[in-house]
Amino acid sequence: MAPQGKLDLDPEVVRAARGLAARAAEPIIRMARTHTTVSVERALLRLAGMSGADDGGRPWVNHLADAVRDQVGLEHGVALPVWDALLNGPYGDLGELARAAARGRVRFRLPAGADAGHAADAARQAARTGMNRIDRRRAERDRMLTGGAGGRPSPGTGADPAQPWIYLIVATGDIYEDIPQAQAAAREGADVVAVIRSTGQSLLDFVPEGATREGYAGTYATQENFRLMRAALDDVSRELGRYVRLTNYASGLCMPEIATLAGLERLDMMLNDCMYGIIFRDINPRRTFIDQRFSRQIHARAGIMINTGEDNYLTTADAVDAAHTVIVSQLLNERFGHEAGLADAQLGLGHAFEINPAVPESFRLELAHAQLVRELFPGAPLKYMPPTKHMTGNIFAGYLLDAFFNLAGVMTGQSIILIGMMTEGIHTPWLSDRDLALENVRYVRDACGSLAEDFVPRPDGFIVQRARQVLAESVELLERVEGDGLLTAIAEGTFGITRRPPDGGKGLDGVVERADGYLNPAIEILDTEDPHAAHAEEVPA
Amino acid sequence: MTIESPAGSTQAPAEPADTRQVIRPYGDTTGDGMIQISFTLPVPAGKRAEAAALQLAGKMGLDPASVVHAKPMGPDFTFFIVYGRAGHLIDYASIPAPPEREFPLLSAKETDLAIRASLNRRLVVVGACIGTDAHTVGIDAILNVKGFAGEKGLEYYREVEVVNMGAQVTVAELVERAKAADADAVLVSQVVTQRNAHLHNTKQMAAAFHAEYPTAVAAGMGRPLLVVGGPRFDTVSAEDLGVDRIFGRGTTPAEVASYLVHALLPREENR
Repeated sequence: MAPQGKLDLDPEVVRAARGLAARAAEPIIRMARTHTTVSVERALLRLAGMSGADDGGRPWVNHLADAVRDQVGLEHGVALPVWDALLNGPYGDLGELARAAARGRVRFRLPAGADAGHAADAARQAARTGMNRIDRRRAERDRMLTGGAGGRPSPGTGADPAQPWIYLIVATGDIYEDIPQAQAAAREGADVVAVIRSTGQSLLDFVPEGATREGYAGTYATQENFRLMRAALDDVSRELGRYVRLTNYASGLCMPEIATLAGLERLDMMLNDCMYGIIFRDINPRRTFIDQRFSRQIHARAGIMINTGEDNYLTTADAVDAAHTVIVSQLLNERFGHEAGLADAQLGLGHAFEINPAVPESFRLELAHAQLVRELFPGAPLKYMPPTKHMTGNIFAGYLLDAFFNLAGVMTGQSIILIGMMTEGIHTPWLSDRDLALENVRYVRDACGSLAEDFVPRPDGFIVQRARQVLAESVELLERVEGDGLLTAIAEGTFGITRRPPDGGKGLDGVVERADGYLNPAIEILDTEDPHAAHAEEVPA
Repeated sequence: MTIESPAGSTQAPAEPADTRQVIRPYGDTTGDGMIQISFTLPVPAGKRAEAAALQLAGKMGLDPASVVHAKPMGPDFTFFIVYGRAGHLIDYASIPAPPEREFPLLSAKETDLAIRASLNRRLVVVGACIGTDAHTVGIDAILNVKGFAGEKGLEYYREVEVVNMGAQVTVAELVERAKAADADAVLVSQVVTQRNAHLHNTKQMAAAFHAEYPTAVAAGMGRPLLVVGGPRFDTVSAEDLGVDRIFGRGTTPAEVASYLVHALLPREENR
């Protein structure tokens, strides 16, 4: 039998691993399909075009969803009570209805019979209008990537840069500072610009509103900030003749809403992990999985690539001992992603270069891990994260370590390389740090060229054996996870050491089991239509 | 002011012996004073920018100085690497030796023995990353069994009961948990330093504990011992922050455990 890839992985073992991941995911998917959350319901309202907040910054979607919850409950969804009230009341639009509801002046009911039919029709129409907007934004991106009409000015091969893409971060807290920094980063060579989010945001059960200038180690994810940044990067994309992608975070308590806003504002990549919020932010596991399914369905529809967060497991646990937990999480992320409609090309599975450089043959081990991920997920745009845990104040040694990281990325054909900073752990990157980091990666990329073609580990050598060992450990762990149940495994601290019980953490009170007759027209569309069927062409733009 | 030679001149002096020990940076020859710096100036690259870099170096006390690298970063900025001879002198003898660690370093077994001998119960430690900080690297290195630098963390100690609350814990949650667990010590780690978040968070935490235990006499006497750790606390003192002890970069679990024994257990018992 011909060797499989460079590592000659046993296809039976790989199949078994995927089968176990699918079985472990199954009960979670069932739960997600039979429950809703406050944020899933608010996402429908946002898709229907609602925005804005009261003077205290509390969004109108929160007011409206909370009023429905208090009066009739959320188990039937907000759609029927909200559109019933809209059809039967004196309100011009959802915003007016929300303002009245906030003042306690709306009596919601769960309509029955013909009234329910009318409310459902109106809600479906509103959801369809929003979905059409998302479809048009996707078509717009496709046009810009191929250099077609309305895209970049220069003709030829299209505006999509070759991989590996260079991924750079801006993080000032002020959207108006972020914009020139992001444009400068793009001019310096960034293919992807990520706007780091204010760290407190994951635990907010609402999406802040408007352009924001006060963030905490990052900038708030808001619809207006998304719009401003995307427009600024469109300008610089036209200037450079290549499409610069924009990344943000669909994570935390408002995953479904932020995913919806990202689709509406044509963001290109979103950080969206199946377990990150649970493990690292102590968000309730059930809330996370339900929110996650909806957000991934939206991402699938919007043509957004997700980035998963496996690199985080390696910053809290030992990168050699925990290598297999990365693979297990990637397989779970892949399964949850596929089930939600994401194509392989939308699965930016994450991993990282975090082995202690004092470990003998650490680079060989890194190559084994990186190549293993590459071969397990050949169609996925893998996102490779630079060293952080073992970056010290010795910036010179850090620069060398980053070069080795870049080398491993090029040798193993990684798709997205997050650029490491030699001042990692000292301060947020200075202008010169970013410039030196780009010089580093450019040198490695240009000096290596297509070195990945020549990098063929010796059959049964150290790298091949290490990769097989990690895969075997992954299968073992998946067997345990599948046997015990994923929620139990998370409760026992299987991932990232932290223990997270299914009834602990933040946001559980926002989880509701769907009743018979539950209606969410966004979910109807997402559950029944092929997300990649180019719907935008069916409607006049 | 030409005091370059160290003490022990050959001429028999009438004055008291010079006890100064003058040092300057060492490149490749004693006394050459050579240093390197790098910085960015917000001007376009060119001869004029280099002259500005040299003037800055001169004002920083480098004479002579030379620009060995000047690189444009976009149209408006230039990055420089400069070498030069520092004229400043340091009297090493006048620099007081920093205080030694005020407690003996114990092994895990010794710590367990000390606790068992004097407490008759397990020592309760509650740890967390407070505020918006999501970097649990520090607290995990000290608390997780996995530990740090080959040393096992406090969870490994038989006589220490560890409650690790993880990341982004609010001060109120921490106080509540510490009270519920009847904590002997509260360990907080802070990595994120933007806008001095680590200092604000720590002060807020300390103030909350002092307010919660108004009748406390001292750490371990009416309130838990408050310990904070992180890589960027070197500019402040424990008193400034209202905590009992600060630990910096590279602190090992055994150091923390030894300090807990030193600070919380009756002295004569644990010696």
